[in-house]
Amino acid sequence: MTDSVQTPRTEPVRHRDDRLRRALFRFSQSKLSMIGAAIVAVVLFFAVFGTVLAPFPGHVAGAVDTANQFQAPSAAHLFGTNELGQDVLSLVMAGTTVSVLAGFGVVLIGSVIGTLVGAVAGFVGGWTDEGLMRLTDLTLTIPSLILAMAIAAALGPGFTNMVIAISLSWWPGYARLVRGEVLAAREEVYVTAARAIGASPARILFRHILPNVVSPIIVKMSLDMGFAILTVAGLGFIGIGVRPPTPEWGTLLSLSRANMPGYWWTAMAPGLAMFLAVFGFNLLGDGLRDILDPKARR
Amino acid sequence: MSEPILQIENVSKTYAARRALFGRTAEVRALKDVSISVQKGESFGLVGESGSGKTTLTRSILHLETPSAGRILFEGQDLARLSPADLRRLRARVQIVFQDPYASLNPRMSVRDIVTEPMLVHHDILGLSRTQRTDRAAELLSLVGLGPQHLTRYPHEFSGGQRQRICIARALASGPELLLLDEPTSALDVSVQAQVLNLLCELQDRLGLTYFFISHDLAVVRYLCSRVALIYRGELVEEGTTDEIFDTPKSDYARMLIGAMPEVKVRRGATA
Repeated sequence: MTDSVQTPRTEPVRHRDDRLRRALFRFSQSKLSMIGAAIVAVVLFFAVFGTVLAPFPGHVAGAVDTANQFQAPSAAHLFGTNELGQDVLSLVMAGTTVSVLAGFGVVLIGSVIGTLVGAVAGFVGGWTDEGLMRLTDLTLTIPSLILAMAIAAALGPGFTNMVIAISLSWWPGYARLVRGEVLAAREEVYVTAARAIGASPARILFRHILPNVVSPIIVKMSLDMGFAILTVAGLGFIGIGVRPPTPEWGTLLSLSRANMPGYWWTAMAPGLAMFLAVFGFNLLGDGLRDILDPKARR
Repeated sequence: MSEPILQIENVSKTYAARRALFGRTAEVRALKDVSISVQKGESFGLVGESGSGKTTLTRSILHLETPSAGRILFEGQDLARLSPADLRRLRARVQIVFQDPYASLNPRMSVRDIVTEPMLVHHDILGLSRTQRTDRAAELLSLVGLGPQHLTRYPHEFSGGQRQRICIARALASGPELLLLDEPTSALDVSVQAQVLNLLCELQDRLGLTYFFISHDLAVVRYLCSRVALIYRGELVEEGTTDEIFDTPKSDYARMLIGAMPEVKVRRGATA
């Protein structure tokens, strides 16, 4: 009620704002979604600033302080120090960047490949559909971690190769989801209307069908973020991911395995970070699903 | 009035049998040897009940389906023989308004995008620039009783009647000569039905359109159309001027349909 004069030009903007505000309101009504969003915000914050904010930046870069090895958690080292005397908190904070970036990369590449494959399969139909979906099924039958291991082993270890390796086993879920959605959207009357207008198949797919199937894709992406981070850590754990000294949660966890159970803190910090990240992204995904794609609710 | 704009000649459409769990499903004969001729500038009504082949016929006219037999001619050109480019050009001249205004508008597109899309697709014929398209969209909206302030809105913000007006505006955007109206009012409230029908009459007078009006509502057909054809189970039962069909129906089916028309009888003093 701040402005009683409304020009017709601002009115439509207000309408769209209204929708967004209502969605945000519904989202904020769910405590779990808000907790999820908060955790994700913290994780993303550390992904960007973790390396800068780490209390012992030298340790992140690979410096060793063997005099202080295996210090128990204290005020100086909140999560203690590891076998090289490095501050575990600093390593975990800095490791966020790699984990989140890799997880995001995997989800992004996987969803782009999967969406293209699924959209083409569902839209074109016939033999194209058969071929693409059998390929998808074939990829699905191979355990993703094993496939990723094989690809990483073939391409050699490293950040980029790890992301590519996981992405190549990640897209089938999106392909199947998108194909189903496209099959349903293809029969909509507005698609027939676009055909009657004379719109090209590409125009129908990209302008009429895909915009109407993005909601479930976004929901799946946010739900998958957590699992992608977990898979990245899993590859790091078995030693195919990022090489030390670059800190990464899975690698940290794998190295601290030797220190169990006496120096439990070396494993707890990266484990806790992973747990929180996965938990946060899952809660956020659930919340997004409730506002974007209510019919998928179970 | 003498020149036919649309000729449907002995059109049949059979949907092939499909393999089912046990054996095969029976093949479906949706249209059997249907011939209709629509003159330029008239309103032709096609009446039939659900499943009588009306929708198959409209889809065939739009060339979204190919008839199994027979020809469909638009201004003497056989649709099946047109090159893809010619067919696309023809789509600008034959447009359709669907039954369900809630399903026929893309929820993710603004009214401006919806109404300008035909101009964008047929850019080669119409050759309108971006601002010209927006101006034309505003013009079309005012033609159907909406205003330029609705351009930036989305379909969910409109009522059924308003949405149907948007659909009509979209159908008119490419400057068509023949408009297929596939039960355009049956999903609307009665009061809104009358408004939309009046709008259609008005537009026909102003733009010289030819209507191919499909309906199961005889009252609406009688109001709007000059000639009527009855279709039953894919077969043409009767064809003639509206007056002929309604006053002296020749077939039993026509008599049955007309007999089933609800009549509004005002009973004065019945309760007094």
